[in-house]
Amino acid sequence: MKQMVHRLILALLLAAALPMTALAVEPDEMLADPVLEARARELSKELRCVVCQNQDIDSSNAGVARDLRLLVRERLVAGDTDQEVLDYIVARYGDFVLFKPPFKPETYALWFAPGVLLLIGSAAVALIVMRARRRRNPSALSDEEEAAVNELLARGAKE
Amino acid sequence: MVRLLAALPVLVAVVFGAFLLWGLNPNRDPSSIPSVLISQPVPQFDLPAVEGMDVPGFARADLVGNDAPVIVNVFASWCVPCRAEHAVLTRLVRDENVRLFGINYKDKPEDARAWLEELGNPYEKIGSDLEGRAGIEWGLSGVPETFIVGGDGTVLFRYVGPIVGEEPQAQFRAALRQAQTRAEVGS
Repeated sequence: MKQMVHRLILALLLAAALPMTALAVEPDEMLADPVLEARARELSKELRCVVCQNQDIDSSNAGVARDLRLLVRERLVAGDTDQEVLDYIVARYGDFVLFKPPFKPETYALWFAPGVLLLIGSAAVALIVMRARRRRNPSALSDEEEAAVNELLARGAKE
Repeated sequence: MVRLLAALPVLVAVVFGAFLLWGLNPNRDPSSIPSVLISQPVPQFDLPAVEGMDVPGFARADLVGNDAPVIVNVFASWCVPCRAEHAVLTRLVRDENVRLFGINYKDKPEDARAWLEELGNPYEKIGSDLEGRAGIEWGLSGVPETFIVGGDGTVLFRYVGPIVGEEPQAQFRAALRQAQTRAEVGS
């Protein structure tokens, strides 16, 4: 019973979301099972369209994007997990189709560069600040200097 | 140590400069997608003949175990650049004595037949991919696309877009020659 209520709510939410999206997904592509369809929509948003390259296949009207949307749904119906579906498409089109690049040796530069650059930057800033501070607090006077100052002050007081 | 630190900004500037210079290179096409198929075996597919034509269709098995490389060209009658490319391919088959297979992508059989009747048929085999599923197996992003498949069934080269004009043709011929010498050395 509880599961049914959940499904009903999900279906209602999906239905409410429908008019808000400019749909590239056509009604005949959609799956009858709302849970599978929701997964398909999520997956489609992670996949890049190879024709119009900064669009995901979920919002693209290109022919290949439609074919890939159908393929995603077909794999889901066949019982694939989300990861298996993504792997299936990556095997044919490469990592390029993923909006979120995978973490592996070829992409280390991509993942680590921001952190490394930040480290270098903060090290440089720390160094500069430390130097500036040292200049502002010059070390105390030596004994000789102290004596010279005192003498000058004493001479000034006499006159 | 201090001297090393002083050189750091210069080093960073040089690295970034080189990166930007690379980005500005006019010969770099930022939208070109590296194919995962290169150096991989031909994908699994099995395409029937175009309905009403007596040219046979083909499958993966036809691309494995040949003694010379085969060109696989994806075309459609609705694809305008394909018309220009058709002449180039016809000439290539005539002059270079190379085998050419075609994948007729999402095309109506009657349109494909009329198109080939009008322009002539340079293809030895033509597979009809009505649904575009074989296209996905080949990692197709558009039409036309042309592949060179080695005799052992390894995909050696992929050209996206029409092979029209001097530079693309030179590039393609060079790749073809390389594939042919590879076959000779291999056998």
